[in-house]
Amino acid sequence: MNDAPPVTAAFDVQAIRAQFPILTETVRGRPLVFLDSAASAQKPRAVIEAMVHAMERQYANVHRGLHWMSERTTEAYEACRDAAARFLNAGSRDEIVLTRNSTEGINLVAHSYGRGVMRAGQAVLISEMEHHSNIVPWQMLRDAHGVELRVARVTEAGELDMDSVAAHLADGKVGLVAITHMSNVLGSYTPAERIVRLAHEAGARVLLDGSQAAVHRKVDVQALDADFYVFTGHKLYGPTGIGVLYGKAELLDRMPPFLGGGDMISTVSFERSEWARVPHKFEAGTPPILEGIGLKAAIEWVERIGFPAMEAHERALTDHALARLSAIEGVTVIGRAQDRGGVISFTLDRAHAHDVATLLDRQGIAVRAGHHCAEPLMRRFGLDSTARASFAAYTTRTEIDALAEALTRVRTFFA
Amino acid sequence: MSEAFEELRDLYQEVILDHGRHPRNFRRLDGALHAKGENPMCGDKVEVWLKLGAGERIEDAAFQGRGCAISIASASLMTEVLRGKTRDQARSLADAFRTLARTGACPVCDAVHEEDIERLQPLAGVAEYPSRVKCATLAWHAMEAALKGEGSATTE
Ligand SMILES: Cc1ncc(COP(=O)(O)O)c(C=O)c1O
Repeated sequence: MNDAPPVTAAFDVQAIRAQFPILTETVRGRPLVFLDSAASAQKPRAVIEAMVHAMERQYANVHRGLHWMSERTTEAYEACRDAAARFLNAGSRDEIVLTRNSTEGINLVAHSYGRGVMRAGQAVLISEMEHHSNIVPWQMLRDAHGVELRVARVTEAGELDMDSVAAHLADGKVGLVAITHMSNVLGSYTPAERIVRLAHEAGARVLLDGSQAAVHRKVDVQALDADFYVFTGHKLYGPTGIGVLYGKAELLDRMPPFLGGGDMISTVSFERSEWARVPHKFEAGTPPILEGIGLKAAIEWVERIGFPAMEAHERALTDHALARLSAIEGVTVIGRAQDRGGVISFTLDRAHAHDVATLLDRQGIAVRAGHHCAEPLMRRFGLDSTARASFAAYTTRTEIDALAEALTRVRTFFA
Repeated sequence: MSEAFEELRDLYQEVILDHGRHPRNFRRLDGALHAKGENPMCGDKVEVWLKLGAGERIEDAAFQGRGCAISIASASLMTEVLRGKTRDQARSLADAFRTLARTGACPVCDAVHEEDIERLQPLAGVAEYPSRVKCATLAWHAMEAALKGEGSATTE
């Protein structure tokens, strides 16, 4: 495996790296080895330039000015919606709600669908491997609206336990299944198509948290038949402050607004207001204009490389990393899902994850350590914390070798 | 490689590794002042016990907990340097230590706490890691909570 050509011919990782200005930075006198892209990815020049261009050449508030600058800015911002619709293969651009991030998208659904459409006595089904942002909004819904919160199990291998999903769906009370499409801790994908099929058979709708998955794999919401799908721009090589919620038109239409304010109404008087049509109904206030323009550039950047090439590259890196890390005595990789992506959590015997991360940082290598906003999952595996290395289009095999060597040094510290 | 090792050593000095691996006074004390400390950011937890003796001086100090090498080593070293201190001295040493952890030095401490601060000096390297400063100060927050009769402290 180590001798196999690491990437397909079409994929030139050095050419990709050259598009990321930050990758020429040094940390503690060494080239930056950035293995924390699952927390937030670095930005290619195309994204930076699109945002700078808007600020320097073409900027005004959107959807309201009748002047040239506002019209042009509105077009540039709204093009993000088209890009997102194409990216997810949504049936219509009106099914794309632009949010601040995944967290806001999930809260929007919990609020508007949860309180507006679900009834007390129904249940929401999540899983043990959710990010806090796909747990807490449902707890808030439970406490405010009398909805039950159920939790599907995760197997020892770190896969979603589909028997557990089926068992929770059996009594027909679950109105919404809200499950991650890829774990930000274990790297496991969940079988989204099967989840949707089972849920629909049981009369439940499905929200998929694509914060991680949408970065690494082509998502087709129509093929999945997902009812809601969220992702967040900053993990997809785009800026912070912009995210996407896809929702089926028939559902968005039935849902009451989330936040009230400008842009989300058609008429306002002191007696009553009428809501703007979907998706604007869910977009109150001045939107993240520059961020939307940046996200469009990010989506186009990803599309230019293409998921087949990116996936092949990341798969080769992940296989290599799993082999290298597992070969280090005392290192345990958490989870061994069949279908997994480039996010690897590990522990080192007799060493705390924070010490591991600090000692790796000392050697110029950025990894994340802690509970990764997934405390219940940590508890599920009897852990307080793990260190996590995660990969992106710009990650190289050499960087993974550097991680393995640095980790070997750390091990001797705590041996 | 040895150069790389040196760079790792300046933060994780032998004292820290040693106290992290073999914490001193890692036990409970009966009938003592007691408080729990928690760092919600990383989940580190310590419990501190202080036994006051004649003249309200700390006669014995002990702790238990789980966390990274820095938080455990800091707690362990703390239980050693607290012995014989009055409440006021313990509090003032905690202030001095927090300055050391935050800034890497405590110029004004020398007069009063010179010897203790020297013992704690190996922890000064955390100043470079703002997110790790709380690991080093966790046990000290708990110690102060115990002195005040408060049951718990957090680093937030
Ligand atoms: C699986 C998953 N869900 C949700 C989120 C939340 O993303 P954001 O903080 O951008 O809303 C993250 C990222 O931290 C994540 O990895």
